[in-house]
Amino acid sequence: MELVKPAFGLIFWMCISFGIILYILGKFAWKPILKMLNDRETSIQEALDSAERAKEEMKALQAGNEKILADARHERDQLLKDAREIREKMIAEAKGIAAKEGERMLKSARENIQNEKMAAITELKNQVGVLSLEIAEKVLKAELASDEKQKALVNTLLKDVNLN
Amino acid sequence: MNDIFSAMTNKINIYKRFLLLFSVFVSFSVFAQTENGAEAPKPAKFNAGELIIDHITDSHEWHIAGHLAVPLPVILYSQDKGLSVFASSHLEGGEVYNGYKLNKNEIVAVNADGTTDEVATSKLWDISITKNVASMFVSIVLMLWMFISAAKAYSRNPGKAPKGMQSLLEPLIIFVRDDIAKSAIGEKKYKKYLPFLLTVFFFIWINNMLGLIPFIPGGANLTGNIAVGMTLAIIVFLITIFSANWNYWRHILAMPGVPFGVLFILTPIEIFGMFLKPMVLMIRLFANMLAGHIIALSFFCLIFIFAEMNTGLGYGVAVFSVAFTIFMGMLELLVAFLQAYVFTLLAAMYFGSAIEEHHHEEAHH
Repeated sequence: MELVKPAFGLIFWMCISFGIILYILGKFAWKPILKMLNDRETSIQEALDSAERAKEEMKALQAGNEKILADARHERDQLLKDAREIREKMIAEAKGIAAKEGERMLKSARENIQNEKMAAITELKNQVGVLSLEIAEKVLKAELASDEKQKALVNTLLKDVNLN
Repeated sequence: MNDIFSAMTNKINIYKRFLLLFSVFVSFSVFAQTENGAEAPKPAKFNAGELIIDHITDSHEWHIAGHLAVPLPVILYSQDKGLSVFASSHLEGGEVYNGYKLNKNEIVAVNADGTTDEVATSKLWDISITKNVASMFVSIVLMLWMFISAAKAYSRNPGKAPKGMQSLLEPLIIFVRDDIAKSAIGEKKYKKYLPFLLTVFFFIWINNMLGLIPFIPGGANLTGNIAVGMTLAIIVFLITIFSANWNYWRHILAMPGVPFGVLFILTPIEIFGMFLKPMVLMIRLFANMLAGHIIALSFFCLIFIFAEMNTGLGYGVAVFSVAFTIFMGMLELLVAFLQAYVFTLLAAMYFGSAIEEHHHEEAHH
């Protein structure tokens, strides 16, 4: 019956040994190991979660990017359109200004020409006057060069004068 | 070769075993039981039963090879003589030392004339460091070294991939935590029982495997000893009843939803079942591990039984015996793990049933 009769000594040592190993392992092995395993699992879960979040953010970002791109394209078109309009307007304005300026310049040139012409005419008149006087002088000088001629003239002149 | 056989039989003669014990374990007796009587063992006859029983029972010395054995300390306490501590080598060969004698494996008190003093023997407390106790100490040192070094590795490089001993133990620890504790006890309360379950699992598993090593420091049949199974089962039982809630006691004492008359039958059965559960735990572990040791030894005994008839036959049988022992060894490696798993799982299930909250469904029984 030795096999099925539990020996007191073995039970005694078993209780002591098992108690000691349960206490020591519980305190110095299971606690840190289980804590580390738990921490690691939590950190892996967190990493997976954050990867999932990053993926979603990326997706949202991509959608945002497309919207921004579309906006930019739209804006570019608008800008080009505006630029074209401005260019046309500027050209039109410039044309108007140039025409006005040309007209003004023509007008002032015409005025100048008129003035110059008038000045030239006046000069000419004066010149003609002077020349006439000189000719008259020379003619007089030649007419009155002798006494007979002077007497003849006085006579003519006296003849014209009617003593009234 | 004959020298070895005779040395073997000589060694067996020293112990002078009896075959009486065998009748108890008929189910395990795959070996041929010889009928030579206890009174007059023939010295030259090889006795397989004696050899096997000698190997699977506890002993006061740790056998190495041939006549070589490590003596172990004998610690005895009696009211008359107080505490006496001496090496087991003093008792070798049935010698009387300090009023004590080794009778089979049991230390008995003897009178001055050398006869057994029954009264003194019944009052004798034997807490000797036997082969099993020494083997348990070896396993405990091994476990402490393994797990504390693994724990240190965790704190040394936190957040890193496991290495060495760590990576060997980690899957097992996670297995016990997730597949035993969490699944049997539940997500909420498993943490309280986990240190115990882990300790029991590794204690049984490591000791099972040490038992498979045929030489020192293994070879002791610790987990196949009923005292070890009993101690573990009692601890499981105590934890179960001390952590049991109202719901558990109500189901045992007066199962809800059962007619009053039926309770007279059911309640005794439930109370019996409460004690039966740890008993089953004890017997399963004890019987499984013991059977494994007996089978392995039986195959070896076959060699010597046949060699006694004819030396050549012994050689021939040896080939098959070794092959079968290797096969059984492989099987025992599996059984070593399986028994640790089953014991831990059942313990966890008992804890789980003790703390189970009341379910509102009426159809759960």
